[in-house]
Amino acid sequence: MFKALSSKNYLPCAVVLVVLLLLPPILPRFYTYILALIFVTALLAMSLNMVVGHGGLFQFHHGVFYGVGAYAFALLLFKGHMPMWFGFIVAPLIAALVGLLIGWFCVRLTSLYFGMLQISLGSLLWAIVFRWYALTNGDDGIHGVPIPSFVSSVSNAYYFILFFFVLCVGIMYLIHRSPFGMTLQAIRDNPARCSAVGINVKRHQLIAIVMATFFAGVAGVLFVVLEKSVFPDLLFWVLSLEIFIMCLLGGWFTFAGPILGAAISVALRTFVGIYTEYWTLILGVLLILLIFFLPEGVMGFFMQKFGKNRAKESVPAGGQDAQG
Amino acid sequence: MAFDLSAIGSQFFVGLSRSMILFIVTAGLSFVLGVLRVPNIAHGSLYMIGAFSAFSVTKMVPGATGFWLALILAPLVVAAISFIAERALFCHLYQREHLMLLLFTFALSLILGDLVKITWGAEYKSIMAPKIFDGSVRIFGASIPKYNFFLLIVGPLVAIGLWLLTNKTKLGKIARAAAVDREMVGAVGVNVSWVFAFAFVFGCFMAGLGGALMAPTISITLGMDHNIIIEGFLIVTIGGLGNMWGALVGSLIFGLSQAFGVLFWPQFAIVFPYTAVVIVLLLRPRGILKSVW
Repeated sequence: MFKALSSKNYLPCAVVLVVLLLLPPILPRFYTYILALIFVTALLAMSLNMVVGHGGLFQFHHGVFYGVGAYAFALLLFKGHMPMWFGFIVAPLIAALVGLLIGWFCVRLTSLYFGMLQISLGSLLWAIVFRWYALTNGDDGIHGVPIPSFVSSVSNAYYFILFFFVLCVGIMYLIHRSPFGMTLQAIRDNPARCSAVGINVKRHQLIAIVMATFFAGVAGVLFVVLEKSVFPDLLFWVLSLEIFIMCLLGGWFTFAGPILGAAISVALRTFVGIYTEYWTLILGVLLILLIFFLPEGVMGFFMQKFGKNRAKESVPAGGQDAQG
Repeated sequence: MAFDLSAIGSQFFVGLSRSMILFIVTAGLSFVLGVLRVPNIAHGSLYMIGAFSAFSVTKMVPGATGFWLALILAPLVVAAISFIAERALFCHLYQREHLMLLLFTFALSLILGDLVKITWGAEYKSIMAPKIFDGSVRIFGASIPKYNFFLLIVGPLVAIGLWLLTNKTKLGKIARAAAVDREMVGAVGVNVSWVFAFAFVFGCFMAGLGGALMAPTISITLGMDHNIIIEGFLIVTIGGLGNMWGALVGSLIFGLSQAFGVLFWPQFAIVFPYTAVVIVLLLRPRGILKSVW
């Protein structure tokens, strides 16, 4: 895929980008908002896929870092009265710091135990945010975060989010292609062998977690820019599971799959939600159909069907289980 | 800070009775996890369906009879639902990658969650326990509600029943064998697919039973599946995956730490059990008791 992306796929990417840039004046406000929400969610799903799809780690509670980024940003602006750029820089760093802390504990364990420890540590944070009324307003959340006027309109927020989305995805792509990214994928496929050739497996995993949580923090900040509010559900494990599903849905052994997964998930929720309140039922049925008919995810399916370089990217089934 | 000793005592017994419910639910979860090697995310939804079915039964049959009937019928309804889901869809996936099975149970939980909303609506429901459970009993000077006392009796009974089932019956022994080495069990001529079906349905039955038993003590509502399932997974993990007694130990740790959290620092009571889980996982990453994985 990446060979393809580096040469002949530049053009389609550029076309898509230009279309996205031209859309807001044409589209109704609601659709602009939904697209912006898709970018935020997609960035979150991509950041998760850095560790899940490419790192092979069971990052079960990624939503926490998204929530931490969002809360840090909201609190800095709302309670700390800091300028926005300051919050924008500090909030993802706080998310990454929390990622370092939680990751430091988690990388000692492997596979499912890694995930479970992360869920309990994450739930701990969620419980604190949920209950610490004095700081976080508890389950009411914080509404009306003072976002500067230049991004407060939906279309301005859209451009702002799109810019950082493209920037972050670009950086993630570079990381993915870097020797570090390659090493990480090698660790995913065979941690024992990597360890044997002298790679510090745990340290690589920890660095990957810190980077992923940083981007999750950026996504959290962008969420606040769009929504101007935060609430504890951002740190609840249901959201974490949803982003995990987005990665699976889009195809987690691909680079861009999570974007597709996030887009499908957000669009489904929004548009099925208009017609029926039972959109999760539809999502559930779709997921089951997907499991039965497209086990490699939507992106994986299209790549298999239309891409020639699929074989290069494919990972033997059960590559995840090699850990532990 | 000085605490009333009887307050500590009654909080201890309330925590203990909640642990019993958690144990019943997580024993089922652990059983499925042990035999099928699948973390069943839909387990929480089935627990919720158990509680809602119990509500419906008590609506149809009023009084104490309705309550006792609900305790029998609600788990059976849940078992029937899980049997249909298993035989119609799930059993075709056993050869597939693990995460696909996990994804399936998640999809199932989404579907069941909405079906509950369609069937029972989004309003809060509640069940009254029969008259005999009014008032409280005193144990060692601590007063605890009679219903919680009832749970304290039911929990160990279920544990004994589970032990008899898994150790003394052929089916239980086969299921345990399948948990350790499914290929070998298949090789000696057992239909592993049906063993899995039994394990799945039985595990879900436990979820329904837990839901029905829990129903009189809480308000029955959508979203109760979310809380129980995450607690359930953590309990099963700290106890030792697939180990039934591990589920008991994990439930005790979780339930008691929560109960004492309420006593010592009510605002952050929910932080306590998670902290306990973190400590256990850091000290014994593979769980307290031996896991079957």
